[in-house]
Amino acid sequence: MSKIFALAGVVIKELYRRKDFYVLFVLTALLTLGAGMVNFFHDDKIVRYVKDICLLLIWVSALVISVVTTARQIPAEREARTIFPLLAKPVSRAQVIVGKFLGCWLATGVALVVFYFFFAVVTGSKEHFWPWAAYLEAVWMHWVMLGVVIAMVLLGSIYFAAPSSTSTITIIVVGGILLLGTHLKIIALQQPEPMQFILTLGYFVMPHLEWYDLRDFVVYDMGLVPVRAVALATLYAAVWTGIFLVLAWLGFRRKNLTT
Amino acid sequence: MKISPLSMLAVLGALAFTLSASLALTADNWSGRAKSDNVFGMMFGDGRKLFANHFFTMADVYFHSGYYPSVFDQRATEEKEIISASHGHKDSEEDEKNEDFLGKPKDWVDAFGRNFRITQHTHLENHNEREILPWLRLAADLDPQKTEVYTVGAFFLREHLNRPDQAEVFLREGLRNNPDSYEILFELGRVYHDAYHDLDRARNVWQLGIKKFMVAPADRQKDDKLIFEELVVNLARIEDEAGNYGAAIDWFHAAQKVSPAPDALQKQIDAIQKKMAALIPVTPGKLY
Repeated sequence: MSKIFALAGVVIKELYRRKDFYVLFVLTALLTLGAGMVNFFHDDKIVRYVKDICLLLIWVSALVISVVTTARQIPAEREARTIFPLLAKPVSRAQVIVGKFLGCWLATGVALVVFYFFFAVVTGSKEHFWPWAAYLEAVWMHWVMLGVVIAMVLLGSIYFAAPSSTSTITIIVVGGILLLGTHLKIIALQQPEPMQFILTLGYFVMPHLEWYDLRDFVVYDMGLVPVRAVALATLYAAVWTGIFLVLAWLGFRRKNLTT
Repeated sequence: MKISPLSMLAVLGALAFTLSASLALTADNWSGRAKSDNVFGMMFGDGRKLFANHFFTMADVYFHSGYYPSVFDQRATEEKEIISASHGHKDSEEDEKNEDFLGKPKDWVDAFGRNFRITQHTHLENHNEREILPWLRLAADLDPQKTEVYTVGAFFLREHLNRPDQAEVFLREGLRNNPDSYEILFELGRVYHDAYHDLDRARNVWQLGIKKFMVAPADRQKDDKLIFEELVVNLARIEDEAGNYGAAIDWFHAAQKVSPAPDALQKQIDAIQKKMAALIPVTPGKLY
């Protein structure tokens, strides 16, 4: 376990040494503050559009950070040939996969805490209301969802040729699930066979990442999602994370690292 | 021939300055964008109108606190509720039923997924209606010819947020961009009548609205009968309030020609006629 945490620690250090997080945070902060300063009809109590914009930017930034950070982990180790001394420690290939996953997931969690704290400060200063429980629930669900994404990217980084292709494909897949996941069944029912069957199958076997998007509950102050549903969704995400990590390990186990 | 890089740079710089000075005036006329009086016009040209409808829809989404059908969901009515609300429409049980676009869960994925979606049909209230205003402002900036943005915004500012001053400013802006809009004139009349109780200005604005309606193209007149009826009925009521019963009856008769419920208007005419009858002095009969 200590080897896994040591690997994870390296990944976390890498995140705060690189500029990705800082650039995206500053961009999010500037756009949110800019939007917040606009005055509509001399009414300074209007706040939901600021929440909406800020949360959208947080979601985009967190997705980019998690995907880009994860996609380069294993290819960078192979390219720099540091994977060989790492595996000679000895560290098993399974431990490399889990360590890299844990590092990326924890690093993304740290970034999420910073982003959501900024969100709470900015929107709270406008509406003088801090629904911390709703925020915590939103952060937790967001983080759990990113766990699935990170595991998916790790799997992609084993099979795809370069980090850029892994990042692009994963962002398209995750974006597609987030946008169409809920509606895929409706779309399927409007299609002729065999498309209807293929889409329905996809609907049932894909990870439903759209469940983890609680932005509407935060933006419209709609209270909390039942804790039981959050717990079940967490379990569902853990299962999908496990599936992707096992597939990544199976691929990495047979991977020729010299090329 | 050898030319030093510095002198080449100086020549090119001089040439660029000369060309920019000579072309500056004519370049302004190459594109209509530079003439646009708002930043969106300069950035997107006429393409900005595509986004205006989206932002207007966003206002309706906010009005429903996120409970809103996507492009994939089927909905019975296409009209946005912020528009019908601005015409005084209140949801009946039948309307609520029609707006339940989710229906029963289709499968376990859908059923479980509803824990994480807003599934209650609500409308903003208690001054929270202000949250739709940024989207209306953006829609107006993107498409200044979209008259319903001004009328809906002004309605919520006047009726729900108690800001008739801002409603009037917004409508005046709309009127500058759409000088022939009888919809905006109707809403402006409501600001004068309902908020300021200024009958004369309300009457003038509504009468101007009717004039604009009369010179509008026939197809627009056909589509906007409801607005015409609202203008005429409100004018009739204003005349009734002012004691000009004859004019009030005339306006009600005009409204009857386009109204889907002329009998209801007839009852109002009858009520006014009763008031008129009560005003006619009774000639005393011979006592002896």
